[in-house]
Amino acid sequence: MSDFKKRPSVKSIETKHMEERAELFRALKSLDRRSFVKVAAAAFGAAAASGVTPHSFQPVRVAHAQGAAPAGGKRESFHFAYISDSHLLERTLNDRFVNALMRAVDDINAMDPQPDFVLYGGDLAQLGQPKELELGAQILKSVKAPIKFMVGEHDWYLDMGEKWRELFGKPLYSWDHKGVHLVVLNSVVEKDFWTARKMSPMDRMKTVAGLDNGWQSSFTVGDEGRKWLDEDLKKVPATTPVIVFSHSPLYKLYKPWNFWTDDAEQVQAILKRFQNVVVFHGHTHQLLTNRIGNIHFHGFLSTAWPWPYAPQGMPELTVQMGRPDPFDPQDGCGDGSAMIHPDGLADKVYNLWNRNPVTVSRNYTASRGAKEKPAVPNLKSY
Amino acid sequence: MTTNFVTNAGPMLLPRIGLVAALLTVAACGGGSGSAQPTLTPVPPPPTAAPQSSAQPPAPKIPAAEGIEVLLCDGKTQVNVPQGTPGTAIAGALMTEWLRKNPNSTWEAEERERHTLQTAADNSSLVGQVSGHSYGKITQQDVALWKAETERVATAGSRVFHNGDELGSTIGVSCDMCHPHAANTHPETYPKFQAQLGRVALLRDMINWCIEHPVRGKAMSADDPRMRALEAYILAQRKGKVLEYGKH
Repeated sequence: MSDFKKRPSVKSIETKHMEERAELFRALKSLDRRSFVKVAAAAFGAAAASGVTPHSFQPVRVAHAQGAAPAGGKRESFHFAYISDSHLLERTLNDRFVNALMRAVDDINAMDPQPDFVLYGGDLAQLGQPKELELGAQILKSVKAPIKFMVGEHDWYLDMGEKWRELFGKPLYSWDHKGVHLVVLNSVVEKDFWTARKMSPMDRMKTVAGLDNGWQSSFTVGDEGRKWLDEDLKKVPATTPVIVFSHSPLYKLYKPWNFWTDDAEQVQAILKRFQNVVVFHGHTHQLLTNRIGNIHFHGFLSTAWPWPYAPQGMPELTVQMGRPDPFDPQDGCGDGSAMIHPDGLADKVYNLWNRNPVTVSRNYTASRGAKEKPAVPNLKSY
Repeated sequence: MTTNFVTNAGPMLLPRIGLVAALLTVAACGGGSGSAQPTLTPVPPPPTAAPQSSAQPPAPKIPAAEGIEVLLCDGKTQVNVPQGTPGTAIAGALMTEWLRKNPNSTWEAEERERHTLQTAADNSSLVGQVSGHSYGKITQQDVALWKAETERVATAGSRVFHNGDELGSTIGVSCDMCHPHAANTHPETYPKFQAQLGRVALLRDMINWCIEHPVRGKAMSADDPRMRALEAYILAQRKGKVLEYGKH
């Protein structure tokens, strides 16, 4: 290794000026209204008091430090992309789901700028078989950005996660990114329903694979999962934005289809002390928006097929995606991304294939539906 | 593959017929006369061992002191029972053996447990009413029979609906993958003009389109038992919805 990187850089005044200018505009973009007012006031004050020359961009950094950043340093916005619920079968059996996943990979690779990371939302395999999981892992290797994996019930209940752990590691983990704390949960833990019925592993898997199969138990995060989450969040201050990735919705929407997390209240209680929490979940294969207290919920689209909307229990905030057209094979499917603002709230982008994308903005959930309501579709579920 | 998917509850009556035959055989012999061969059997004779009932005293020529082989009149189901077993226990043993050999016989109860079914209309207000030439007076049994048979066909439809193999899918897809509990099927909106099919479609036309395209199987004929059962299930699940033919 040479000393090339360690050579001290002497920047010219012009370079420093242009860098500060670029920094100013980037910082201005991510300010919300309050901070912008602070910046204007600070700029005026600084210019008047300290004789700062008109071309210096220092005041913006001053305002930022006063307003937004916690002890961890200043936060900037970032965006991530997601692919979810691909339900792969072996390619020789079903090529349609494989092609759909490959389309999603192309979408993400074509994003400019590239996302900071990609989150895989669970249900990579349809029947949890090693060949299906390996096929998915192989296809997702072509994603250029770093990719994080979350487990779904279709991945787990054939071998209780053995192959998943081998390919993708621990199902529960967390990391910090640009001042935000992110957590991935296993929220599809089911009480044992298979031993009493003497089911084979494939019977168990097929039971869980049926959305409307009443033999399975409700999803939970479970005692161990909640304990892990509690421990993990202990060191995180309440002002730090928290993002939770979960396969089941972490609230109670419709029990017969397991659009449901049975210990949702207990999980929400663990998350209650934080200023802003955003939950991104899979499993529902549709546009879903909800807010419970400090927690904002957004659903992921599936690449494989859309689920219908539940006949009851729909959150008020949700503006449905238009009824998918069965004659259009990938209608209602897609992938997407989210932009995380410095305060941790998200603009959630649903990239619906063959349709215009739908954005559910941070202002919509922050205002509890008063502002920036997404367009109501022409054809609704009934 | 065709399966006998609308099965009857099982040959519950047959063990009793076998026992009746045994009793009559014993009676015909006059009991205890020492003659070995019974000459009269009022029902089609079972092939091998003669059924015995120990409820009656002297039976003709009891074989060796191990158990007694009892054969059901289906010619296949056989049990070995010790001497002195009462008739009801023999019948029970034959029933258990038959169930063991026919594991799908509980398909209906299992299917109902796995996937809920809307119940058929309640006709109990008709009990005691005079119906005319079909029934005379309608009884509780009639009402129960209508419900059981109708729901059985709908349950059979649920079984096909949730099973890619039964549907003939070549890609492992079943109807419930887009229509859990038959949601979003809207049978109450047919017939309607469907441009993509180039004609006015009935429910079965749409089912066939789905089977050919998303499910990638072979279209069924209108009187295929699977098609009839699928229609029954889909209509059952939309119980109570207003008919609105032509709605898109």
